[in-house]
Amino acid sequence: MKKKHPLLGWLYLLPALLFLAVFLLYPLIDVLVYSFEEGYNFASQSYRGTGLYNYAYVLRDPYFIRALKNTFIIVIITVPLSTGLALLISLGLSKIKFLRELYQTVFFLPYVTNTLAVGLVFMILFKKTEYTDGMVNLLIHAFGGSSVDFIDGPYWAKMFVMCFYTVWVVMPFKILILTSALAGVPEVYYKAARVDGTGSFRIFTRITLPLISPMIFYLVITGFIGAFKAYSDEVALFGTDLNAAGMNTIVGYVYDMLYGDSGGYPSYASAAALLLFAIVFTITMINLMVSKNKVSLH
Amino acid sequence: MKLVLEQLTKIFPGREKKNPKDVRAVSEMSLTIEDGELVGLLGPSGCGKSTALNLICGLEAPTSGRVYFGEEDVTDLGPEHRGVGLVFQNYALYPHMTVRQNIRFPLENLKGAQKLTKEEVEERVQEAARIVQIEELLERKPAEMSGGQQQRVAIARALVKKPNVLLLDEPLSNLDARLRLQTREEIKRIQRKTGVTSIFVTHDQEEAMSISDRIVVMKAGVVQQCGRPQEVYDRPANLFVAQFLGTPRINTFEGRVKGGKLFIGEDELLKTSAPDGEYSVGIRPEGLLVDDAGSFHCGVTAVEVMGRDTSVVFTHAGSGEEQLRAIVPGGSVASDKKEQAFSVKPDKIFLFDKESGERVELS
Repeated sequence: MKKKHPLLGWLYLLPALLFLAVFLLYPLIDVLVYSFEEGYNFASQSYRGTGLYNYAYVLRDPYFIRALKNTFIIVIITVPLSTGLALLISLGLSKIKFLRELYQTVFFLPYVTNTLAVGLVFMILFKKTEYTDGMVNLLIHAFGGSSVDFIDGPYWAKMFVMCFYTVWVVMPFKILILTSALAGVPEVYYKAARVDGTGSFRIFTRITLPLISPMIFYLVITGFIGAFKAYSDEVALFGTDLNAAGMNTIVGYVYDMLYGDSGGYPSYASAAALLLFAIVFTITMINLMVSKNKVSLH
Repeated sequence: MKLVLEQLTKIFPGREKKNPKDVRAVSEMSLTIEDGELVGLLGPSGCGKSTALNLICGLEAPTSGRVYFGEEDVTDLGPEHRGVGLVFQNYALYPHMTVRQNIRFPLENLKGAQKLTKEEVEERVQEAARIVQIEELLERKPAEMSGGQQQRVAIARALVKKPNVLLLDEPLSNLDARLRLQTREEIKRIQRKTGVTSIFVTHDQEEAMSISDRIVVMKAGVVQQCGRPQEVYDRPANLFVAQFLGTPRINTFEGRVKGGKLFIGEDELLKTSAPDGEYSVGIRPEGLLVDDAGSFHCGVTAVEVMGRDTSVVFTHAGSGEEQLRAIVPGGSVASDKKEQAFSVKPDKIFLFDKESGERVELS
């Protein structure tokens, strides 16, 4: 082979590098820079000074604390719940033959449905209007309970709807992944286990679970990341003024700081975004460390 | 433990559109296997031998017929209650467990009175590992071992619970040729040492003949013949068995018996007491002797030198086959020979009924 010019490889990479630099690297650095510039102003392109002031402000901002709390609650409730439920449903699906394809389609529907359309459905289920209390309240009445305002009512009710919604929206993808992971476990392992007299619970914990554990951890890690970035689902349920509803999330806070009614603070937004990044990064690292010991890659 | 199969039949019902016909995988199979015997279940793929194995171990339920382990009727028992050890073609070792954990796994399932203490479990694992000679591999994962080693682990896992019957489903077919030879000797050794009644399924006749006490030849779900390997080879029940056993394959010809003499084409081969009529004639490749005065005249296509032996590829007017073979001592046929006469060994020549394929006694 002819010896290539050493820069030729870089030339081939140039188009991709250029795009990455302009649309990824530059904004990333920019955000980092903004986050240390005090009182940056878009219009005048000026700032007062540099330092950790923005971080200090954001961490003291009650709206950010609320957003942080909301985000953590959503993450801690929905990630294990949706993964666990998806695993149960996938197991069920892998056990039945009759109508399996129909069920698979039904379970996958939320994935292809528009977030806002799903939000509308949830409104019908949960929202109190002048004409009706919503379907869920009708059910509660039927069992002798009293009405709860899930959309504009107490915090726990709103959080319940929020988590319900999030779980429902993220589950289809998990079911899809887990169903194929379960189908990927060779039948012969189950045969071998049966011949050895293994009970079905033990087959699940000792054979099925370890063999699909790489997929479960993939789902947990991406689930954490996805839940920390929650925003559009909240808007779908509670509208754009999430602070008023007390249901804001970190990404929502970042957005508000940039473009919201009280917005125009790119420095605060950048600091919040970097705090989110630090949280997600830490959690992901912990996840990876745990999975290294638990997950068997083969 | 003695094992008895009684009129065992398995029919897989046809699926509505794709294959509407029922599949009769095993048909009225009756067989008695003595305690400590090693039996080879032999046949071409799709002959029902694996289904037969599944029926014995309980992974499939028979459509009709009974299975007895000793005096006990186990037909309605699941595999976990039969006390069988099963070795799979691709070993089926759990990839996330070490060899030790794999071998230990069946013991950890034991409940109630059968439950073993930790020390007993370790002892049994060590013992099983010692029998198959993998003691130094106990901490490895299956992926870190060769196929032959994995197969030994699979056997150890099947033996560790001291099964009544050891079943091996095509245990050697995933190994390369050299390992296959080694491992089959190994299986024989392990079986002798433990004395466990064993059944192994294979499509390789050489494999089956070399290590089995008895072989069972199956075709399309029906047992064709059952007996000691040499006996089945020397006295095949029908044309299928004769063709299935032996490499190179038996040569088949169209022949006829007239006035107490057997003719193939124009050549008169030998005297026989079989009734006059048309027959299929089989002659084993080693049954042809180079004899220039012999009565069997063949056209030689090729002479393949194999060292100790020479394989003569020939044609004959009495057979449509192009690749008839004779195995003769090395150097007895010159490589440029175009014609050769042979005489035949009477015990290597078989007559088969043209209709049924059943063997007809030559004399």
